[in-house]
Amino acid sequence: MEKIICACGHSNPYGTKLCEKCGRPLTEEEKQNKVVDMRYDGMAIRSKTYNKSFVDKIWNFFSSVKVGISLIIITLIAASVGTLLPQEFYVKASDMEKGAYYADVYGTFGKIYYTLGLSDLYSSWWFQILVGMLAVSIIVASLDRGIPLYKSLKNQRVKRHESFMKRQRIVAEGQVSASAEETLDKVAQKMTEMKYSVRRDGSALLAEKGRFSRYGPYINHVGLIIFLGGVMLRLVPGFYVDESIWVREGETRAITGMEGYFIENRDFILETHDNTPQGEQVKQGVNVVAKNFQTDITLYKQPEDALPGDTENLEKVKDYSIRVNHPLKEDGFALYQMDYRLNELKQMNFELINKTTEKSLGKVEIDLTNPKKEYDLGNGSSVQILVYTPDFDGFENGEPQTKTSIPNNPAFLFKMTTPETPEGEVSFVEIMQPPLEPLGENKYRMKFASAEMRDMSGITVRKDSTIPILFVGGVIFMIGVAIGSYWNHRRLWLQVEPDGRVLMAAHVNKNMFSMKKDLDAVTTFAALPPYKDQLEKDEAGEESTTGGIKEKEGDNTL
Amino acid sequence: MEKKKKRLVLRTVILAVLALAIGYTVYGTATKEKVELVAVGSEAPDFTLVDLNGEKHKLSDYKGQGVFLNFWGTWCKPCEKEMPAMDNQYQEFKDHGVQTLAVNIAQTDFEVQNFVDRYGLSFPVVIDKTKSVMTAYNVGQLPATVLIDPEGKVAKIITGEMTEKDIASYMELVKPNKE
Amino acid sequence: MSLIDLSGNLLFVAFIAYLVATLLFGGSIKQGNATGKNTGKWGKLAIVVTIIGFLSQLGYFITRWIYTGHAPVSNMFEFTTAFGMFIVGAFILIYFIYRLTALGLVALPVALLIIAYAAMFPKEVSPLVPSLQSHWLTIHVITAALGQSILAISAVAGLIYLLKVVDLTKPSKQRFWLEAVMYCLVVVVGFVAVTSTFSAMDYESSYNYVDKEGTTRKIIYNLPPVFGMNEYEVIEEHGMSPLVEMPALINAKKLTTVVWSLLVGSVLYLLIRLIARRRISAIFQPLVKRVNLQLLDEIGYRSVLIGFPVFSLGALIFAMIWAQIAWSRFWGWDPKEVWALITWLFYAAFLHLRLSKGWEGRKSAWLALIGFGIILFNLIAVNLILAGLHSYA
Repeated sequence: MEKIICACGHSNPYGTKLCEKCGRPLTEEEKQNKVVDMRYDGMAIRSKTYNKSFVDKIWNFFSSVKVGISLIIITLIAASVGTLLPQEFYVKASDMEKGAYYADVYGTFGKIYYTLGLSDLYSSWWFQILVGMLAVSIIVASLDRGIPLYKSLKNQRVKRHESFMKRQRIVAEGQVSASAEETLDKVAQKMTEMKYSVRRDGSALLAEKGRFSRYGPYINHVGLIIFLGGVMLRLVPGFYVDESIWVREGETRAITGMEGYFIENRDFILETHDNTPQGEQVKQGVNVVAKNFQTDITLYKQPEDALPGDTENLEKVKDYSIRVNHPLKEDGFALYQMDYRLNELKQMNFELINKTTEKSLGKVEIDLTNPKKEYDLGNGSSVQILVYTPDFDGFENGEPQTKTSIPNNPAFLFKMTTPETPEGEVSFVEIMQPPLEPLGENKYRMKFASAEMRDMSGITVRKDSTIPILFVGGVIFMIGVAIGSYWNHRRLWLQVEPDGRVLMAAHVNKNMFSMKKDLDAVTTFAALPPYKDQLEKDEAGEESTTGGIKEKEGDNTL
Repeated sequence: MEKKKKRLVLRTVILAVLALAIGYTVYGTATKEKVELVAVGSEAPDFTLVDLNGEKHKLSDYKGQGVFLNFWGTWCKPCEKEMPAMDNQYQEFKDHGVQTLAVNIAQTDFEVQNFVDRYGLSFPVVIDKTKSVMTAYNVGQLPATVLIDPEGKVAKIITGEMTEKDIASYMELVKPNKE
Repeated sequence: MSLIDLSGNLLFVAFIAYLVATLLFGGSIKQGNATGKNTGKWGKLAIVVTIIGFLSQLGYFITRWIYTGHAPVSNMFEFTTAFGMFIVGAFILIYFIYRLTALGLVALPVALLIIAYAAMFPKEVSPLVPSLQSHWLTIHVITAALGQSILAISAVAGLIYLLKVVDLTKPSKQRFWLEAVMYCLVVVVGFVAVTSTFSAMDYESSYNYVDKEGTTRKIIYNLPPVFGMNEYEVIEEHGMSPLVEMPALINAKKLTTVVWSLLVGSVLYLLIRLIARRRISAIFQPLVKRVNLQLLDEIGYRSVLIGFPVFSLGALIFAMIWAQIAWSRFWGWDPKEVWALITWLFYAAFLHLRLSKGWEGRKSAWLALIGFGIILFNLIAVNLILAGLHSYA
């Protein structure tokens, strides 16, 4: 690729728009522009320089800002499509029934939505590739622009060619009465006062302020990449744990995903606001607003050498009340209060009574978490449990069946022995149902007296070792964005000829408004010729015809 | 020219690393959903549980023997169905170095004892009250059976119901000193 | 007077002050000088009244905060009102940087419409559900709303820019869309008008209906029902019966509200057109004739620059931190989260287009309007239509 030799003798890389040394415009296009394109200070965008091999072509594709913006827009549109219907993870249906759920609830549209995989859009391969391509674009485009820009700004010369100066947006030209030295001194003094750093080279002067703000975009891109990298790391085994467990009051169980730890649910507490419902609450039929969901737990840990299943020597780690917004944190894990279920049967109390006299022979208290084989009532009566099914589901071959291990619908096959019936009578008792007496009419029956309930807490177990990385990424991003947005890069070039002719130019990457305040100050102080804003003049001319300021068409760096 | 070459290499490396990262992400997400039990070929997590007779069973004590480890619950119909077959095969293999251990998931002693009595099961049945063994083996669906070879490594994992023939062949698989 | 009454009165004072300030800004421009940068008598008075209104609304905010015990940003009324307040705040900030009175002529009516819209939601103080009981409610919501308000100023500048530059004498796409924006503003007025009229009449019709899960529920309409809920049965009906029954998927009550707003808005729009005998854009055009386009473009860009970092911090970073604490995951693709991301991506594209592709002036102004549209969509549609974790209203 040929080098471009500038009139000043400097040899510039191919693609350079403004001579690296003196700033003369090098391309025809730049020569015709009234105001030069200062985006990357006229440096050659690297992608432009090599475009031969396949790798270069891919590289150049991702280096293009146009491609980057297109990727942003496509991601944006794709993301919005995913909000049309609730995503699968918010749908309360099992994996098998999800397709049917979408079809039932949302009709044909739901069916298509599900079939196209839009109901799980954010974990689809194409969405991930899209975000991945965006990341590639950020990296490649930043490398291609950031590095040349850094070099260019670092090696800035004080003295620039007149054609460079005159093509800046702000230009001033004219005679001053003071001597060259005096003018330069005065400008230097005022600019230093305004916290510019001033460099001088003979009769030329460059005052510069806030150069670091030019690096803001690149810093925030670094932050974004760190963030995305962190998100990716979550897939590496060991970095991320996401489990949920149910723990009943009084129960101690191993914590899934958190090896060696056990949780005991001592108490689940549900508090409600004691307000009188009004307005919208009444309209929506909401009577009470929950105030607090809390599980009082004790966290235990096995001794180092203990095996799973060995729960004899659990060491208490701490007591804690897990509440919403107040997770329990331990050993890189966090336990969250996520869900609850109230009133699961824990104990059922019966009375053994004589059917005719209704006389009670005593109370049988059955702890459903640990039913006993036999309950002795004294006075020669006893009750035996022959069969206990926590979730009775009908008979099969004469055997009562249970649907689950949860006491949703407990049923018992009792054998009742009394002095009157020493042989014993058999009765099948199901909750809320009249007893069945398979071996003929009984004299006694088990009368349901009362029940005790317990609650259940749904706890989410979460470990996310990528959080520090994400946090660092987020902080770097914010620093970059703030630098890029709240500061700006201001430069002022000044050249004074011995005969008192002054040429001044100024550039600011944004916020010309406050730059002009600086310019006004220095112009007055050093009695410089008045400056003009070349774009403003443009606009005035154009206003009557098209009404807008000139819109730059296309990105000629692509 | 040297510079140009260096740049090409650098670009190739950067693009390749990024492509790999994206590939890994897509692959990782696609395989994330599949919940696996312990991996075949890995060391079976050791544990200790107490059976209905109050006797302690420690997995590592059975080193040198094959272990047929079955996770079950009384409410699980396929578990119930395969129990008698398991018992038959237990009788067959127990003197040939294959131990059977049935791990019940956190049910009450009463229910488990009742079940064992009903089917007259002779192999040891332990109850995982705190679900810690279940957690260690990452058991989701019942029944789940883990076959452990005499070296203590996981030889095979079976989820779902087994026929008696299956059970026999699985026990054969982990039998020590095969001639 | 109790604290909550005081709070309500302060909000009312603020509303009136904004209304008066709008007229004063209009007056200042009529009387104004060549640039639209006015520091004359009217302009000064206008900004003073604006500041009085803002302080009064700040008073509403603080007294309500003290009364409820939490930052008053926890439901649609509170959040939207605060959003209106922040827009006025952002306008005051930008005004003191650029001293452009024309900005007030659009910023204040926009804020007024937003506050009026907010007032259509139930104003009762409701206690906080557990997930909202956190300092992050204050931090996240206020920062996010502040960011959105500053971004909104960019749309205000964009609208003025377009009002000035779009040629209204010849038919064009731009002329059509500009008028469409004006129409939308009128529809909001329509919504406020119809809602407050029927609310003043204490209008109520109630029905039982079957929701999509198959359970029977009761619903009260505050506007005469145009559409009926799925399998509705009348409990108490006034004025009219629903014309069409909707399937369970569609909330016919909300649809009724939308249709009434469109209806009244359209009638209002037609009336304006008939009386003024020109487009609404054309009514405003003379008012902004003398503003400096360069300055407007700069304001539009600058407010995105100021607002974007604030928005990123509040709506994404603080949001993620809180989500990690309250919901155990920093990101869950909840519709509100997704739309915050979309807003962020959109303004990122805006900045890139401006920096690299030179999309300034007209194009930039249109983008600023679209961006504000996305913000409003996230505020209104996502809360009311797309169900998710954020639908507290």
